[in-house]
Amino acid sequence: MSLLLDVRDLCVTYGKVEAVHRVALSVKEGSIVTVIGPNGAGKTTLLAALMGMLHARGSVSYAGKEITRVEPEQRVSRGLCLVPERRELFATMTVEDNLVLGAFHRYRKRDKAITADFEQVYQLFPRLHERRRQLAGTLSGGERQMLALGRALMSRPRLLMLDEPSLGLAPLIVRDIFRVIAGLRETGVSILLVEQNARAALQVADYGYVLETGEIAIEGPSADLASDPRVVESYLGLVAGNTEKAS
Amino acid sequence: MNRARLALGAFLAFMLIAPLVLPAFHVTLLNYIGLYSIVALGLVLLTGVGGLTSFGQAAFVGVGAYTTAYLSTAYGVSPWLTLLLGLALTFVLSLFLGFISLRLSGHYLPLGTIAWGISLYYLFGNMEFLGGHNGLSSIPAISLFGLALDSARKFDYLIWTLASLALLSMHNLLDSRSGRAIRALKGGGLMAESFGVDTARMKIIIFVHAALLASLSGWLYAHLLRFVNPTPFSINAGIEYLFMAVVGGAASVWGAVVGAGILTVLKQWLQDLLPRLLGQSGNFEMIVFGVLLVILLQRAREGIMPLIVNRFPAPRRPLPATTQVLPKRARPAAGEAMLEIRNVRKVFGGLVAVNELSFAMNSGEILGLIGPNGAGKSTVFNLVTGVLPGTGGEVYFRGERIDTLSARDIVPRGMARTFQQVHLLPTMSVLENVAIGAHLRGSKGVISAALRLEREEEAMLLAEAARQLERVGLGGHVQEQAGSLALGQQRILEIARALCADPVLLLLDEPAAGLRYQEKRALAELLRKLRSEGMSILLVEHDMDFVMKLVDRLVVMDFGEKLAEGLPQEIQTNPAVLEAYLGGVK
Amino acid sequence: MNAQIAIFLVQDGLTNGAIYALLALALVLVFAVTRVIFIPQGEFVTYGALTLASLQLGKLPGTAWLLLAAGIAVTAVELAQALRLGAAERIPGILFKYVIFPAAVMGLAWWAAPLKLALTLQVLLTLIVVVPLGPMVYRLAYQPLANASVLVLLIISVAVHFAMTGLGLVFFGAEGSRTPAFSDAHWNLGVLTVSGQSLWVMGTSLALIVGLFLFFEHTIYGKALRATAINRVGARLVGVSPAMAGKLSFTLAALIGALSGILIAPITTIYYDSGFLVGLKGFVGAIVGGLVSYPIAAAGALLVGLLEAYASFWASAYKEVIVFTLIIPVLIWRSFTTHHIEDEEE
Repeated sequence: MSLLLDVRDLCVTYGKVEAVHRVALSVKEGSIVTVIGPNGAGKTTLLAALMGMLHARGSVSYAGKEITRVEPEQRVSRGLCLVPERRELFATMTVEDNLVLGAFHRYRKRDKAITADFEQVYQLFPRLHERRRQLAGTLSGGERQMLALGRALMSRPRLLMLDEPSLGLAPLIVRDIFRVIAGLRETGVSILLVEQNARAALQVADYGYVLETGEIAIEGPSADLASDPRVVESYLGLVAGNTEKAS
Repeated sequence: MNRARLALGAFLAFMLIAPLVLPAFHVTLLNYIGLYSIVALGLVLLTGVGGLTSFGQAAFVGVGAYTTAYLSTAYGVSPWLTLLLGLALTFVLSLFLGFISLRLSGHYLPLGTIAWGISLYYLFGNMEFLGGHNGLSSIPAISLFGLALDSARKFDYLIWTLASLALLSMHNLLDSRSGRAIRALKGGGLMAESFGVDTARMKIIIFVHAALLASLSGWLYAHLLRFVNPTPFSINAGIEYLFMAVVGGAASVWGAVVGAGILTVLKQWLQDLLPRLLGQSGNFEMIVFGVLLVILLQRAREGIMPLIVNRFPAPRRPLPATTQVLPKRARPAAGEAMLEIRNVRKVFGGLVAVNELSFAMNSGEILGLIGPNGAGKSTVFNLVTGVLPGTGGEVYFRGERIDTLSARDIVPRGMARTFQQVHLLPTMSVLENVAIGAHLRGSKGVISAALRLEREEEAMLLAEAARQLERVGLGGHVQEQAGSLALGQQRILEIARALCADPVLLLLDEPAAGLRYQEKRALAELLRKLRSEGMSILLVEHDMDFVMKLVDRLVVMDFGEKLAEGLPQEIQTNPAVLEAYLGGVK
Repeated sequence: MNAQIAIFLVQDGLTNGAIYALLALALVLVFAVTRVIFIPQGEFVTYGALTLASLQLGKLPGTAWLLLAAGIAVTAVELAQALRLGAAERIPGILFKYVIFPAAVMGLAWWAAPLKLALTLQVLLTLIVVVPLGPMVYRLAYQPLANASVLVLLIISVAVHFAMTGLGLVFFGAEGSRTPAFSDAHWNLGVLTVSGQSLWVMGTSLALIVGLFLFFEHTIYGKALRATAINRVGARLVGVSPAMAGKLSFTLAALIGALSGILIAPITTIYYDSGFLVGLKGFVGAIVGGLVSYPIAAAGALLVGLLEAYASFWASAYKEVIVFTLIIPVLIWRSFTTHHIEDEEE
């Protein structure tokens, strides 16, 4: 499998504070890679920089091409797509218009397959079909996340970056969302997943990175990470405490 | 003698000699620069420092000029009395205009100023008793101790004396308790409010201050020219005043003089050059001004002043010495009821962020509030501190109901907070940032600051800030710019600032987020030390390791509701908590 | 005042009000999409009116030169950016849009001006000359500062207004111009005399408003502009670039401005600096709508037109004072219906 995304030496600074420091990571075509770490470690900053929303130093190459200086809009049309932590939906537009806008760059290229993709998104999230005439701002938290995912899928991404897709959602819905994520890989979409729900993320991912204070602290195949004592202590600590007490 | 003082001395010497030796044309130019500097100085305060804008300053200049022109010609009133009357009229007018537009979001003020700038201009031109478009002439000269200031050379001294006093008082004002509050308006309004600064009032104060300076300049203008008509008070003049302030920049009060000087000289030169170049007459300098300003804002948004200021490094100022200490409030006895939340609810649109939440904490306790991201912890913080109004329920602080109070009224009762995203003023020194925390422990206002009558209180406030910095271990960084600190130090700075408010309850919103391991340990150490000194702490935190080792008790939230409450060990084995943190995918 | 005069004033007020309403819509649009308070809107009104007036006299309008000069400036800026990003493939597009096209327009105007073509063709030519200045102004003045605060953008707007007014003076001189009416027809309906020009103004305004509505509701670019107005970050993430949205909204605003100038030029004499006051009256309307609501902004602008018509009858010297003082009760009303004090923007 070839590398779809290859990041080297990435640094992002806000004013004088360095939020991401010399990060190197890669995503193989067709795989799910997760980045976990505590709040404030720089995960959201990292994704925003990969999307081109923040100025970053270092090198980002995508599908074999250097894209460090490419604008976000162009990254979208090359198949890079970010579902941000805050979803960033168009609250006073209908669900359907939100999906239409997801395919904005494809309308510009007069892509004929857009109609078929609508069907696919509605099939994946029947709730969105029921509510297609409703304003996005009136949706519940889970529906908003579905719409954010649906809007992203309308752009036909090759690499989908998800920032905390489980944020603020009930366990049942989190399960649905993760099922969709796992299913996407089957259709050939590669995924870079940032999660605070470390356990869930490591279960679904092939490979994982632990980000701490802006730097990659640990990396490895998900299964290895899930049993790495340092990861267990820091991020699955509650369980560790639990098992210690139980044993 | 440092370089800044030498420059100041050279400036004063020049101003003393210039009117005696320069040719008449240059003295006139110098007079205009002085008049414009006074107006631009108000805009440096309003726009550069405070982040508000007015295009209508020329109208306030007109109010000052026409008041004295009319009263001194029609009724023979003494110019010194008309100065006061003009200032009084401007005060009332600007207070009214400021009151109605400053409550609205930022862009209404400038749009409003354009509108009434135009209104007043047409009013001056159409009022019979103000001479219509022909204006009023034969305005008497000002006499000072029997000496009539009837020539441009003599008048120059009056203009520059007043301009220098305006500069000095502005300089004093910015370097004071009120000055810190004003400097916090741009970029730190929310933070300033939560330490008791009445930002709305501060905005009105600087708006009125700028208007009064404009009016003063108008009074001088009328008695310099001894003639007024509406033209110099048009909206275009108002725009040029703003350009002066922007060109000079807000890095120093001298920006006003630099901006006024550059634009006045440039305008003079262009008005001479362009009509010859284009073969027709007209205000073609507008084109150059417009283009120059666009380029300036694109390339050097802070104006010209920073380029000059950097050549004159300010000396490190020693802390003012004082033996007096700010009074502290009485500490509550350990175990006394501190905070109680009863059935608090908060709904945003259709989303229930906090639902029927209740918990209580006692004095001397560290209570941790934990839960997954999005569980509503920060909302609880904002409800307790009065930043957000609740939808239902009650909050009690030391037995007093506070959920009906604003953030500003809660601070003086002994509660202070830090922010999840660090809120500090990056270009101000660490010491000044921390001193904002003590805002409510001082009482001296704008006028005593301008006149330097508050030095004793100021010394006490700064000493308190230095003491709190020492207490949290940042004593070595007092004079540095806050923006140059590492994130971990910035979070500690926020704690020092909160301590400056003399609280009995500290609310910390994710203080450990983004900190390195050593920094976290130092932070935990600090919080333990504060607890041992009797401080109560409510802590929102995400880092389990950090929380479990530190807190006395925990409240766990999920989906806006309380999931569990108890000792750290109990929480770690609570099945509901484990489900919330780890559940979902099985 | 008798009923006849009252009705005449209503007609007069609504005619001007319709133009203010168009301008108010453009101002709300530009503000929502780019956060720019578009003071130079008025200069597009002037340029539209005076470009047409030049063509009517058979003279080459100075705005054609400006288009060429602005095109070259944009070319320089765009080329520098393309080279910096290593995007050489953009160069042909840049040259076509900003050198060849303005030069072609210039040539067309040069050829057509002395021919004194039919009014419709002259109007069309005026639009071709003036409207492309909109996106160019955005590119040169605003795009490099797209992330600046509303305040900085406003100061930029005033600076652009200054520069464009001065250029207007260079191109058109200090003399005012008036263009012939589109229609000299008059109909007597009882006490009311309806003029053909009023119908033209109101009809064109209405058609433009309906057109804008259809554009926003039913086209992908219209939706993209709405999306940018609602959520700038979200729009970027689906590939709508703020620069594209900015240029598009400035194109629409320039079109509306130039058309307004063409409509108003037969009614009142336009000088090089008249557009500013015309545009500001649109602003008073837009502020009534809080700079967010299109229908309330349009209604506010009609109110401004009516107020102005009655004011010029009762107290013509104080006409402008009355119109611009209207903003004070509006601000009072808004400040008492707005309950929160907004924190400063990022």
